[in-house]
Amino acid sequence: MKAIKNFFEKTQPHVQKGAKFHWLHSTHDALFTLFFVPKNTSKSGTHIHDFIDLKRTMGIVVLALVPALLFGMYNVGYQHFGALGQLETASFFDLFLFGLLKVLPIIVVSYVVGLGIEFIFAQFRGHEVNEGFLVSGLLIPMVMPVNTPLWMIAIAVAFAVIFGKEVFGGTGMNIWNPALVARAFLFFAYPGQMSGDSVWISASGIDKAVDGFTGATPMALAAAGHTDALNTWNAFLGLIPGSIGETSTIAILIGALVLIVTGIGSWRIMVSTVLGGLFMGLLLNIFAGDNSYMALPFYDHLIIGGFAFGAIFMATDPVSAAQTVKGKWIYGFLIGLLAILIRVVNPAYPEGMMLAILLMNTFAPLIDHYVVEGNISRRMKRAKVNV
Amino acid sequence: MENLINIFVKSIFIENMVFAYFLGMCSYLAVSKSVKTATGLGAAVIFVLAITLPVDYLLENYVLKEGALSWLGAQFADVDLSFLSFIMFIAVIASMVQLVEMIVEKFAPVLYTQLGIFLPLIAVNCAILGGSLFMQQKAFNNIAEATTYGLGSGIGWFLAIVGIAAIREKIKYSQIPAPLRGLGITFIVTGLMGLAFMGFMGIKL
Repeated sequence: MKAIKNFFEKTQPHVQKGAKFHWLHSTHDALFTLFFVPKNTSKSGTHIHDFIDLKRTMGIVVLALVPALLFGMYNVGYQHFGALGQLETASFFDLFLFGLLKVLPIIVVSYVVGLGIEFIFAQFRGHEVNEGFLVSGLLIPMVMPVNTPLWMIAIAVAFAVIFGKEVFGGTGMNIWNPALVARAFLFFAYPGQMSGDSVWISASGIDKAVDGFTGATPMALAAAGHTDALNTWNAFLGLIPGSIGETSTIAILIGALVLIVTGIGSWRIMVSTVLGGLFMGLLLNIFAGDNSYMALPFYDHLIIGGFAFGAIFMATDPVSAAQTVKGKWIYGFLIGLLAILIRVVNPAYPEGMMLAILLMNTFAPLIDHYVVEGNISRRMKRAKVNV
Repeated sequence: MENLINIFVKSIFIENMVFAYFLGMCSYLAVSKSVKTATGLGAAVIFVLAITLPVDYLLENYVLKEGALSWLGAQFADVDLSFLSFIMFIAVIASMVQLVEMIVEKFAPVLYTQLGIFLPLIAVNCAILGGSLFMQQKAFNNIAEATTYGLGSGIGWFLAIVGIAAIREKIKYSQIPAPLRGLGITFIVTGLMGLAFMGFMGIKL
């Protein structure tokens, strides 16, 4: 630790204004503050003094993502060996190692491309490197099907970072969640590789798969009318095909606990999203008739697909979500409602969470606007009464 | 009744004038700097669409369509005036816009000055002519369906312009790269909004 500190302090004068390597100062600063909390303080205005900065905030979110990520790796292996019918012979470490080797390259590509673009933008525009991508870079691999080619990940990350974030001015300015922009971009640009039954499970020798094996996600099965195939306990644990990080509700709940206890994720959004989902699910159950997907028990909607992952990690993104307290309730409720609605009603998309969150990101500024305006007019009325 | 609800929901979300057809872009881009003016223009568009569509529907079915004039007498049964539909629709739209302009000037003079040239320009807003032409193409069964379609399309356009106005108010203080400030970023925002609206495409009602 001392050696690292010495290195950065020694190089500090060379990147100061007027020095030879000044053009590298944002890179230097980014790496320095990664290891040590900066001691710079604001010089003007009123500030709340807090030891936690953006980098530490993002660190906690990454920490909260770890359980879901580790389980995702295990599940990749589980699905692979399950598809080959070798589940009995493979040990726990076989499963995990296989998943690790599959998922790690995706994460590396995501970080290298994304951080590369961030550093380039920071250098050219002369501002500090923002930490926002630490989370996005991990979220993107976790919402991808495991068989996504690496070049596609690279393109999606580049699109999301440039058009989802940098054109708006970088971290904290974006309107849409960059990770979801990446996912939606791939979904619409390469639909063949992003949906269907063969993308969710990594099995190169898929022809060797056991009889009766399909590889379809519970969502696809439910959309096709096979709701009886859903094993609620497995879906809760996460031993189902799906995107890498989204399958395990229990691992996601651990992450949710971390976010709520540290106060980094908004519990209001999480609760209202779940409420919205339950409400819509219940409503569809009532009007189900002979449509088996509509009759899927409303609580099952919360544990299949990306609902839990989206509600905990995507909808709560503090930048793209609604900012006002009342706005957060409305925002979350509509996400849950729309997600289930798109999921069940729209035959074109088996999953609605991504599009519901993107849509509500679009309207979050409007919700905030009306909440603020409503507040102003209410207070104006009160002021008039007192006069 | 169910049919009307279908048309209503479809025209707001699934066949949104802005995000599905990219119609009415000029005023959408120009008057979306603040939510307040955007609300005014959006309301005007809703009003014009909801009035012109039933009028155009009557025109289409009792004057323009092939055989529409048969109520005059048997000798008119094979008259086809549909080549006149463009000019007739535009005339109706223009007169309705005049009406809206007078109402807005009388009751909301502030909004009238804020909207400026874009209020009379609703007459050439392609979303409105588009509404009438889609109505012709879809061959609605009765006037209620046409009115619902007009109302729904108007509300869809309203949602789009108010949504982007709120976003533009929010990004007013963002450090957007200089070449993209103004219209550039607005186009990018519109594209991404379209991406978000893709969630409704493909829903069959």
